[in-house]
Amino acid sequence: MNVPNSFRALPDDTGHFGEFGGRYVAETLMPLILSLEREYRAAQADRAFAEELDYLLNHYVGRPSPLYYAERLTEALRASAEPGMGAKVYLKRDELNHTGAHKINNCIGQILLARRMGKTRIIAETGAGQHGVATATVAARFGLPCTIFMGAKDVERQQPNVFRMKLLGAEIRSVSSGAQTLKDAMNEALRDWVANVHDTFYIIGTAAGPHPYPELVRDFQSVIGREAKEQILAAEGRLPDLLVAAIGGGSNAIGLFHPFLDDPDVRMLGVEAAGHGLDKQHAASLAGGSPGVLHGNRTYLLQDEDGQIAEAHSISAGLDYPGIGPEHSWLKEIGRVDYTAVTDTDALDAFQLLCRTEGIIPALEPSHALAAVARVAKEMPAEQIIVANLCGRGDKDIFTVAHALGVAI
Amino acid sequence: MSRLAETFARTRGEGRAALVTFVTGGDPVPAATPAILDALVDGGADVIELGMPFTDPMADGPAIQLANLRSLGAGTTTAKLLEIAHDFRARHPSVPLVLMGYANPMLRRGAEWFAAACAEAGIDGIICVDVPPEEDAVMGPALRAQGIDFVRLATPTTDEARLPAVLEGASGFLYYVSVAGITGLQQATQGSIEGAVARIRAATDLPIAVGFGVRTPNQAAAVARVADGVVVGSAIVEAVAAAGARGEPPADAVRSIVKGLSAAVRSARQDQAA
Repeated sequence: MNVPNSFRALPDDTGHFGEFGGRYVAETLMPLILSLEREYRAAQADRAFAEELDYLLNHYVGRPSPLYYAERLTEALRASAEPGMGAKVYLKRDELNHTGAHKINNCIGQILLARRMGKTRIIAETGAGQHGVATATVAARFGLPCTIFMGAKDVERQQPNVFRMKLLGAEIRSVSSGAQTLKDAMNEALRDWVANVHDTFYIIGTAAGPHPYPELVRDFQSVIGREAKEQILAAEGRLPDLLVAAIGGGSNAIGLFHPFLDDPDVRMLGVEAAGHGLDKQHAASLAGGSPGVLHGNRTYLLQDEDGQIAEAHSISAGLDYPGIGPEHSWLKEIGRVDYTAVTDTDALDAFQLLCRTEGIIPALEPSHALAAVARVAKEMPAEQIIVANLCGRGDKDIFTVAHALGVAI
Repeated sequence: MSRLAETFARTRGEGRAALVTFVTGGDPVPAATPAILDALVDGGADVIELGMPFTDPMADGPAIQLANLRSLGAGTTTAKLLEIAHDFRARHPSVPLVLMGYANPMLRRGAEWFAAACAEAGIDGIICVDVPPEEDAVMGPALRAQGIDFVRLATPTTDEARLPAVLEGASGFLYYVSVAGITGLQQATQGSIEGAVARIRAATDLPIAVGFGVRTPNQAAAVARVADGVVVGSAIVEAVAAAGARGEPPADAVRSIVKGLSAAVRSARQDQAA
């Protein structure tokens, strides 16, 4: 394998991460994508942009989020480990952000770009509704009309978030085409965008889509990793041995990982959703998919032999997507990040473990990361350190969890 | 000379635009497609666009989305679609056949495989909605090596600065998507179409076909007065769906609608002269 000098230098100037990424969009969108890239470059060079972003992250989102030593979780995991084993587990608490997840970090950044570009209308896709809520939140904050596309099945499953978005003034467009879930919501958002390029900004929720989205979403989410690095150095005087994060599209994971990619002693583990099991229905594009082109980028996809996109399944609606951000595909191929997958059942166990040991109700997405932590911490010496991204809180998931546990609420 | 070039040269010689018709391959069932394609030719279509079904047709409106799902639901595979194309070529040696669809099904087995399979099936050109000039390398070289035209799309958002990039490496014809939007919904104003065609004509010798939102003979005639080709898709796809819903063979409905369009396209410039 040809090891690059830096793992942080991509995408290249055509938007590719090796063979992944790119700009696979209809011609109607190309000029807009190019102008978004120009505007993003200008924003990157503009100190006022960075200052406003920082201000909003501090005072509106509530950053920095704490890095918390999960002492009782660590002890619980050590109880079933060999003597001297069981790494110290820290949680990066992005569930404490305004709106309850990491999604808002990116939405704030993108709406500032939208305003710079003079766009007057916001659209977004959402699965579980977390990105939709975060988008509706920033749209309200900036006084822009906002339309959220959501699969009809998800609208039914996620009524509390649908109501939240409506309270925030967003229009919900229920998508009944295709499989009526996240990928269809994204198709419909793209269709709307093509018809409204003149005034509409599309806030994509994960580090995927056509270039420059994977790059700019990553950059906006990298605040997670930058803070974590500073915080772990302050707490432990050294870098962690392992970073762990859940992956649907992969924005919270790339946000945690990216600032550490050139620290050779820091290992990283991305956790996909294995759903009912990798041999059954799941959402693990890297573990069970192959490279293809969807939603503007080349990346690993769940697909059949003819390139038709397969239905993903995960108990966590936020991981229920048949693709993954292109940078993860590249990091997997080049071997810098390890990827694993966790089933619905194991995620539910980890969900309950964190509730009971730490008094924190995690979202089902980071419960996948916690399940992987539970698995690997025992194999690591006690003096080693894990930082896991607690990217969302579980309030939105209590109905799903109750149903899965056979409890009627 | 390629079949596409020959056809556009011929229609130009006849003082008229070419009628380019689209149907989704395998809709409503793969077995129905050969008769539908024959009906297109019989009705007077000059160029056939055969839609390659995809689960996620991001650039298509409701009519073609549903056609894609019907086709896939009926078991249409890439192999089946290529077989349909191959048999069409045997029945119609000179009618250009263009495969239109999305990158993922086309690239699934590799661009070289795809280009060779298309050449083998007698396919003349490819329209790939989500491969813009910036990503040409993923498919363009393989198609050109097989002598297959890679038809590019220009849109109302393609400005003068960008047009040369779209035209570079384009062949067969230039497909002008006349509205910023998805297939089958609103139609562009005649003025905007005329302006765009004039602008593109100044930059290329390629024939210019105009599509998106062209549904009726009157609309087709208006476009045919200024463009080298008129593309009609959703209206025909809807006729297929409606016939299917009535339990009738779709080919008859298709022949009838295409006859009307063809007559309008053929007489468009005579009406103008008169």
